[in-house]
Amino acid sequence: MANMELQWYHVLIPFLPLTGFIINILLGREVTRYKAHWFAVSSVFGSWLCALATLQDVLAGKIIDADLYTWIISGTFKVGVGFLIDPLTAVMLIVVTTCATLIHIYAIGYMHGDTGYYRFFAYLNLFTFCMLMLVMGNNFLQLYFGWEGVGLCSYFLIGYYFNKKSAADAGKKAFIVNRFGDFGFGIGVFMVFLTFGTLHYADVFANVNSIAGKTVDFLGFNVDLPTLIALLLFCGAVGKSAQIPLHVWLPDAMEGPTPVSALIHAATMVTAGVFLVARCNPIFNLSEIAMNTVAIIGALTMFFAATIAITQNDIKRIIAFSTCSHLGYMFLACGVGAYAAGIFHLYTHAFFKALLFLAAGSVIHAVHTNNIQFMGGLKKYMPITYAVFVIAGLSAGGFPGLSGFFSKDEIIWSAYASHSSVGKFVWILALAGAFFTPFYTFRLIFRTFFGEYRGGLAAEEAATHAHSSSHSSSHDSHSSGHDPHGHGSSSHGSGHDSHGGHGPHESPYIMTVPLMFLAIGAVAAGWVGIPPLLGGGNHFAHFLQPVVGHPEFHATHAEEWGVMILSTTIALIGLGLSAFMYLRKTDLPERISKQFSLLYKILYNKYYVDEFYNLTIVQPTLKLANKILVGFTDAKIIEGIVNGVPNLIGIFSQKLRRLQTGIAHHYAIFMAAGAVFIVALIILLS
Amino acid sequence: MAVPLSWYMLLSLAVFSIGVFGFLSRRNIIIMLMSIELMLNGVNINLIALSHYIQDLRGQILAFFVIAVAAAEAAIGLAIVIAMFRNRATAHVDEIKEMQG
Amino acid sequence: MEQVIMNNLNYPILSTVIFLPVLGALLILINKRSWETLTKWIALGTSILTFVASIPLFTHFDKTTHKMQFVERFSWIPNWNIYYFLGVDGISVLFILLSTLCAILCVLISWTAITNKIKEFYIAILLTTSFMIGVFCALDFFLFYLFWEAMLIPMFLIIGVWGGPNRVYAAIKFFLYTLVGSVLMLVGIIVLYLYSGKTFDILTMMTKHYPYTMQIWLFWAFFAAFAVKVPMWPVHTWLPDAHTEAPTAGSVILAAVLIKMGAYGFLRFSLPLLPEASKAMTPVMLTLSVIAIIYGAIICLGQTDLKRLIAYSSVSHMGFVTLGIFALNTQGVEGGILQMLNHGVVTGALFLSVGVVYERTHTRRIADYGGLATEMPIYSSFFMVFTLAAIGLPATNGFIGEFLILLGGFAANKWAGVLACTGIIIGAGYMLWLYQRVFFMEVNPKLHGLVDMNVRETIALLPMLILVFWIGVYPNSFLSFMHTSVQHLLERVNSGGMAQEAQIAKNIMEVIR
Repeated sequence: MANMELQWYHVLIPFLPLTGFIINILLGREVTRYKAHWFAVSSVFGSWLCALATLQDVLAGKIIDADLYTWIISGTFKVGVGFLIDPLTAVMLIVVTTCATLIHIYAIGYMHGDTGYYRFFAYLNLFTFCMLMLVMGNNFLQLYFGWEGVGLCSYFLIGYYFNKKSAADAGKKAFIVNRFGDFGFGIGVFMVFLTFGTLHYADVFANVNSIAGKTVDFLGFNVDLPTLIALLLFCGAVGKSAQIPLHVWLPDAMEGPTPVSALIHAATMVTAGVFLVARCNPIFNLSEIAMNTVAIIGALTMFFAATIAITQNDIKRIIAFSTCSHLGYMFLACGVGAYAAGIFHLYTHAFFKALLFLAAGSVIHAVHTNNIQFMGGLKKYMPITYAVFVIAGLSAGGFPGLSGFFSKDEIIWSAYASHSSVGKFVWILALAGAFFTPFYTFRLIFRTFFGEYRGGLAAEEAATHAHSSSHSSSHDSHSSGHDPHGHGSSSHGSGHDSHGGHGPHESPYIMTVPLMFLAIGAVAAGWVGIPPLLGGGNHFAHFLQPVVGHPEFHATHAEEWGVMILSTTIALIGLGLSAFMYLRKTDLPERISKQFSLLYKILYNKYYVDEFYNLTIVQPTLKLANKILVGFTDAKIIEGIVNGVPNLIGIFSQKLRRLQTGIAHHYAIFMAAGAVFIVALIILLS
Repeated sequence: MAVPLSWYMLLSLAVFSIGVFGFLSRRNIIIMLMSIELMLNGVNINLIALSHYIQDLRGQILAFFVIAVAAAEAAIGLAIVIAMFRNRATAHVDEIKEMQG
Repeated sequence: MEQVIMNNLNYPILSTVIFLPVLGALLILINKRSWETLTKWIALGTSILTFVASIPLFTHFDKTTHKMQFVERFSWIPNWNIYYFLGVDGISVLFILLSTLCAILCVLISWTAITNKIKEFYIAILLTTSFMIGVFCALDFFLFYLFWEAMLIPMFLIIGVWGGPNRVYAAIKFFLYTLVGSVLMLVGIIVLYLYSGKTFDILTMMTKHYPYTMQIWLFWAFFAAFAVKVPMWPVHTWLPDAHTEAPTAGSVILAAVLIKMGAYGFLRFSLPLLPEASKAMTPVMLTLSVIAIIYGAIICLGQTDLKRLIAYSSVSHMGFVTLGIFALNTQGVEGGILQMLNHGVVTGALFLSVGVVYERTHTRRIADYGGLATEMPIYSSFFMVFTLAAIGLPATNGFIGEFLILLGGFAANKWAGVLACTGIIIGAGYMLWLYQRVFFMEVNPKLHGLVDMNVRETIALLPMLILVFWIGVYPNSFLSFMHTSVQHLLERVNSGGMAQEAQIAKNIMEVIR
């Protein structure tokens, strides 16, 4: 299958950012300091150029599958560090390097003057390296390497402001929740090795049909082998891509600086799960149960995350839930067999969602709060940000002609037309999602950019103060979750963003220019996948076909038109309703939330999933540790036995020493009695 | 006329029993040491009588050993008693309880 | 002797490595008490010299054979057939290097931490090193037992004299615990000696076959000694006390080398000498290992003492090691050996790190820390790397070991593999939580103005850091030592014993005919 040797520029793609990381982490403190971005940005830009060269190769029909060196050898277990470059990898490479480059540049402005400047860029570079290793790996273990690596960087970057407890907690939470997913993923990798005797993609997928229909004994259950492997691998995807039930870490991850949210928690890392499913599509295809699970989990996450997003007030959390929801779309697509559509959405989503986050970052940079209740009217202060925000919003909402429209429409159409037994069910949920997405996105836009400016940080601090003094018991966790960026650290910068008496300002060009580039992507990236129905060639799907195949649909053009018009109409209704509620009748949302206060409360508290986990997993484990293991098993039982045996001997000796009276007569009597006893014994026994 | 063996043995028993009784009933340490001597000598009588009876010299040799050990024991015992007496000004055995556990 | 290849260096390297520290200890002994700096330099020089002397073991090791190498064999007490018999194979060679490296780091980290009885302290450290190396080299059971027990004495003193407030309790507990196990092993050794024709030669013993019931008895006798040292659940409670109370160097030696001896004992004696019993006891051992992994991990969540937490994490990590060993397949055993090395590096490094900060704050309570990352950034980066290695993140050494062990464990028994994996989740939990409480969040006011690591401390931690990444990125330079030896061992356990059994059965059949 591989028909090209590994070239130097292939190898450079991941290793350039690694070099950047090493330079900055070693020399950052003393040497590079506030010039850290030189190395960081140039290394990522370099790997972008290499990725373009690689794309050229792949477009020319070349596929590369080669090992750099053998990583681990142990008996029959042999795995290398190597690269597989095929169309799927090429798409991911372009997505990762493009977004990474733009976000690195944006971060120069956003992180300006921060004390951990070099550290930030070092981690960002390390992340890029791990992500590239993840998508370029030619075996499961390297995938796992990248997988854990990006998780680690995510941990570092979420907890970037480590002096804040909430940030440190959020980072830890992200890591541990991901570990739950990786638990399944790891066992899945073991199962792959035990089944195929190798972890190399090419060898596994070449023999994948041999396991179709086989069953295996797993922990006493007889289960279908492909289903088992697929579901175990999917566990990892659920964790990394923040799907139900492991989605809880993503909203908290917004504690990280905004460029991090854009790069890691929107454009790249969280989509690794989708990449995994697409990469392993030969395994998933063998199991209907696994496919349906993927589709349903995706659809449910999409729906529930979208409903939560409606009620949130933290600008980044809204976008985070939107990300959850869009990732759900991607899984839904994979689940109905339309992997190309899923990857297509991954690709367009990277642009418009990164743009949404970065634009949100620009807003936060200006107003120093994350709470949209204290924004408003920013349209006239920040015209560029406003413009790109609207473009991103329209693209995300599926407005015809923009990137998001093509990919989302492809998914909805695939769900409708697929043979999947759950296809129609997920289609309905997908349509519901198509309504919610523009609704909450534009709620965010209207609340942020329209109306009157509501005071930013100063107003929020005042409100929080009043709030906490009046209701000290019910602390509002959301308003305190904002990005601490700019609290003094950047205000003494070049003066353009000081938040004294005068209103918010547009961000500097170093931030807005990347936004503009991403905006181009959000508009035009999808044009490579225009369906034949609209006169395009769907080049994207054809490009990916060698890797992920092509789903067979049997439906008429009329149906296709119908589905497209239906979803577009629903999206426009969503947009319109949002405009009606948040521009026209601005008191309506308040009234609705009062009317359905229970529902509102459930949504606002994210279905109480966090509380549920805390009650059922975290607390019992800690209790087990403290009360039972430390306090009882170890201290009482084991130590009881360990110290008990000597103590028993001690007690026994205490009794025994009474015999030693020290009086010679007693000893003499004992001796005499003993002698009599022995003589008696001899006489009796003889 | 030869004295029968049983007489010697009865004598030995009597001497030994006096020794045991003396050792158990007296509280003066000197007398207790003397009682030990009595016991040992009772054993000696028995040894020699039986040695003569079975015409084997080993019994008499053993008796010499016993005498030697008894002499040593008496010497060390008296030395300890004297040392004790100097410290405590008593030879009453119940007052000497240094070895109590 | 068929199982031995002779020394491929022309000098007795193993004896050199064993007795160089003793020589250093003698030098310190005759040194004047008031010349403290000279004492330290002698200790440092000796340990560095020992390490350098041990490097040929790494470079001149013949990886193509499972036979014993660098062998020295002299008759010692001919009456009882006792030999001075040294040699290493792929299983033991790396631990000698680990021991000699550890000695250097221990001397470095104690440089200013130890202020009373300096002479005696460094003598104890050097003697411990010497005996530890001896344990890994000895191929004569008598010699092995001698080193095994001798090592207890300086270790006992290190804990009992230079330890924390509760040091005497911890030292006695450590001593009695290990002694009880060792005595049972002594009984086992004597039984083996008598049964195998009055020889203490381990290689000769391996050529014999022992009846099944006797194997079971011997297995448990050895188990008593080795399980205590590992320490396996439920005989682990000496470890937290000993670790917590020991001075930094003591904890490092304990963690890095001493507790490896238990696992080494299983590999060197239990498996090859008692193959059928080992196979039969696999379920028990896997169960105990899995319990140790999960129990040790959960109990870490409840710890409030820095060193105690790391000590309990050792219980969990050593559970992985025994899981790998008793998976009885290549991946498991090689992973187990590598994980022993990894644990030595990582936990050793963690204790070194704790020592660094303890010297400044004199508190081990986690609650007394917080925000150290702001005050000591270099230190916190080091600690972070070791934390990640302890969690088993890819590209660190912990990952390679744990992955191989879990793969082997999963192949041997799916339940064991799956349950052990949960240990990894909890592992991430307690280590990251520890890191957060110590390094993140607001700076504890008491910690303001702490100085970051100095050059000496950095040098002490740097080798560990390099090893973490070296093993993580290119583990083959270590795994390649083990392949043939482990292969040989497993052949013996899995088929060797059976083959002999079959041979005996065949003989019996012929007799009946």
